[in-house]
Amino acid sequence: MKLNINGSTRELDVEPDTPLLWALREQAGLTGTKFGCGVAQCGSCSVHINGEVRRSCSVPVGSLKDSDRIVTIEGLAPAASHPVQKAWAEVDVPQCGYCQSGQIMAASALLAKNPAPSDADIDAAMTNICRCGTYQRIRTAVHRAAEIAKAKA
Amino acid sequence: MTKTFEDDIASVSRRRFIVGSAAAGGGLALGLHVPFAEAQSASATNAAGCELNVWVVVRPDETCAIRIARAEMGQGTLTGLAQLVAEELGCDWSRVVTEPVTPGRNLASKRAWGEMGTGGSRGIRTSEDYVRRGGAAARMMLMQAAADQWGVPVGEVKASKGVITHPASGRSTTYGKVCDAAAKVTPPDPKSIKLKDPREWTIAGQPLKRLDTADKLDGSKQFAIDVRPPGLLNAAIKQCPVFGGKVASYDESKVAGMKGVKKVVKVDDSAVAVVADTWWHAKKAADALPIVWEEGEGAGASSATIAAHLKSGLDADNAFKYRDEGDALRAIAGSPRKVEAVYSTPFLAHATMEPMNCTARISKDRAECWVPTQNAEASLAALSEASGLPLAQCEVHRNDLGGGFGRRGGNQDYTRQAATIAKQFPDTPVKLIWTREEDIQHDFYRPISQCRLTAGLDDKGNVTGMHVRISGQSINAFVNPASIADGKDKRQLQGLWTEPGDAQLGYTFPTILLEYAMRNTHVPVGPWRGVNTNQNGIYLECFMDEVAKAAGRDPLELRRQYLANHPRHLRVLNAVAEKAGWGTPTPKGVHRGIAQFMGYFSYSAAVAEVSITPEGKVKVHRMVMGLDCGHTVNPSQIAAQVEGSVAYGLSAALYGECSVDKGRIAQSNFHDYPVVRMAEMPKVEVVLVPSLDFWGGVGEPTICVVAPSVLNAIHAATGKPVRDLPLRSSRLA
Repeated sequence: MKLNINGSTRELDVEPDTPLLWALREQAGLTGTKFGCGVAQCGSCSVHINGEVRRSCSVPVGSLKDSDRIVTIEGLAPAASHPVQKAWAEVDVPQCGYCQSGQIMAASALLAKNPAPSDADIDAAMTNICRCGTYQRIRTAVHRAAEIAKAKA
Repeated sequence: MTKTFEDDIASVSRRRFIVGSAAAGGGLALGLHVPFAEAQSASATNAAGCELNVWVVVRPDETCAIRIARAEMGQGTLTGLAQLVAEELGCDWSRVVTEPVTPGRNLASKRAWGEMGTGGSRGIRTSEDYVRRGGAAARMMLMQAAADQWGVPVGEVKASKGVITHPASGRSTTYGKVCDAAAKVTPPDPKSIKLKDPREWTIAGQPLKRLDTADKLDGSKQFAIDVRPPGLLNAAIKQCPVFGGKVASYDESKVAGMKGVKKVVKVDDSAVAVVADTWWHAKKAADALPIVWEEGEGAGASSATIAAHLKSGLDADNAFKYRDEGDALRAIAGSPRKVEAVYSTPFLAHATMEPMNCTARISKDRAECWVPTQNAEASLAALSEASGLPLAQCEVHRNDLGGGFGRRGGNQDYTRQAATIAKQFPDTPVKLIWTREEDIQHDFYRPISQCRLTAGLDDKGNVTGMHVRISGQSINAFVNPASIADGKDKRQLQGLWTEPGDAQLGYTFPTILLEYAMRNTHVPVGPWRGVNTNQNGIYLECFMDEVAKAAGRDPLELRRQYLANHPRHLRVLNAVAEKAGWGTPTPKGVHRGIAQFMGYFSYSAAVAEVSITPEGKVKVHRMVMGLDCGHTVNPSQIAAQVEGSVAYGLSAALYGECSVDKGRIAQSNFHDYPVVRMAEMPKVEVVLVPSLDFWGGVGEPTICVVAPSVLNAIHAATGKPVRDLPLRSSRLA
């Protein structure tokens, strides 16, 4: 089936019940999107579908149309230039890094809708799990990304 | 039975490992004073750069490659070790890159890089000396090469930021320009090397950014779970839900026709795997595979039977008397007042974000794997055993881990499984990935225990005696049962030890009796970030608040009195009390709790600020965390570890529980094994109280004060102590 991933149309050999996560990782070769729980709990597999953050482990590819725009961490911005990626580097957020693709996708989706989120907004939107416990730096970096984006605008 | 890494290496090297065979990369060692290293003076120079010794390679383009033997799992050891080497090397930090050392290469070089195992918060503290000497030796060789070129005494040249100068003549050169000549210089005697005074550090000791962040931001970092060697097959596994149970039978015909399925493999007595073209196909087939389990005697166990078993340890006449000074029982019995409490903590899974996985490729004469491991040499041993090939024909590739926390050390169950499966597909890489459900239900859990504490108080509110009896499962008994057959397992009393250093009890009571009653279960146990300091910190530090309350004393003042003989413990406690404003008013409804404890050679203390909603929900607002880890290699990364320990420790305190039902773990994924998320993360303030005269751990020490300080704040808020973890089992409203 055809999927629009990071701006290009990809023809993937998958059955409709295949979760988007595994189509991305095993067919499209995009391994930046991570498997963490398989039940939409942890958010490591977060991607954007038409600008909305979605947990790809629980999105069967059969539910997608070829017009749906899927963006993964690899396609978020050229050369890690998204304000969220810049802020993450500035604040030195990641520890092991495994959940960070998902955290960055969740944060970028939040900022696209809410350019100046409050702490409460961040609490509500950033529900991905990080076992290393980088939450405090993620919070700082989301605020910082908002500043970077504002300065650029 | 699971063996320790040391067992593995010892047994494998006795049987198979031939020292000196296949010395990878030619002459490697410089003769540094490192464990098991043998002096060699040969150097290797090629396009990859000039290898000055096992730790340092300088390239003509001025890049300095620093070799890292320890595992990086998020804890920042890679950056910290590089800082220590770079400090002594005197190079330009912006030109530093790191290279992982593989265990095959280490063994072939007679362990020139020393120990690779990364647990017990020892990644830096037990290798700092020899890696710094490596950096210093390389600097001395570079300076000597420049001095030789100029025909001047080496004492007249200086080196800084990768530039060597001869001030007298105004000449200068760079590390990259002289590296080739430096590689031919006779290395200095390690004993002659004088290391820098940490007070003069300019690279180490600084809050530098991590070296390993960039590829974590764009999805390009390759964790082991991401590797895709050509021809890759994938495996999903089903392990007997009851520990100790076996596979009775399975019906391969029911899944043989499913899309992509190649084969069903019986991995060992207790596990079956499905191998398919993709992991999704393998997982679907594994879910559909009818398996009959022979559950075994473990099936009769439940949380209730285990609790009763542990209680028998609290009540037994006999236990291992670890410390018995004065007659505490008599002192307590003769006291006008007695305080007594029984606490309990559950089994806990690690739940690393990257699930267990290993990709193995085994051919007739070579085995290799890609695996997230805290102990690459244990992985090598597991690969060798499972593949049947000698260590010298095995190699473990070094992908960084998506979290470790103690789960991926000596056990290497998943590496054995992957190698066993891959053996059935010669020359073909097979990637085994566990589901999260397999991960939660087949861990080596933080051991379960109960603790009874009794204290006597005199008329003035002074403690006359302290009796602590812990009853619970022993990690050592699981890892190596013969070693503690008599139950004398001091490790389960971690944090209550008498001797200074590692995990010393800070309090001095007039009389004391510390006991351990070993009560094992069929559930596998192992180290879990902070190991036994977690439970023991809760028991002792929450009980100290109960004693303070009974004595009508302030919890901080009571602790100060009994810590008087241990000024290092006291100093960290005082630091957090001051920073948190202990004794000053709190916002309405907010209550404080305090705790201190010690582990991994470091001293920790915390003040928690907590409120409780009318519905009984706990909100932790602020954690002031104090740490004296001796030398501070990177204050920013130390703070990151302390912040992380709050999330990990708070997850355990609030939610963490693996209960046992019909012999199996009842929880299976993050919906029923919840962990702290952003909204529950308190503000963490880190107070570093460094001493410049020892090297303490960082990754684990502070976790042991997180839960007790929070529980003590709840006690202050509700007037009732919380004695059974996790909190979600307690009614607070």
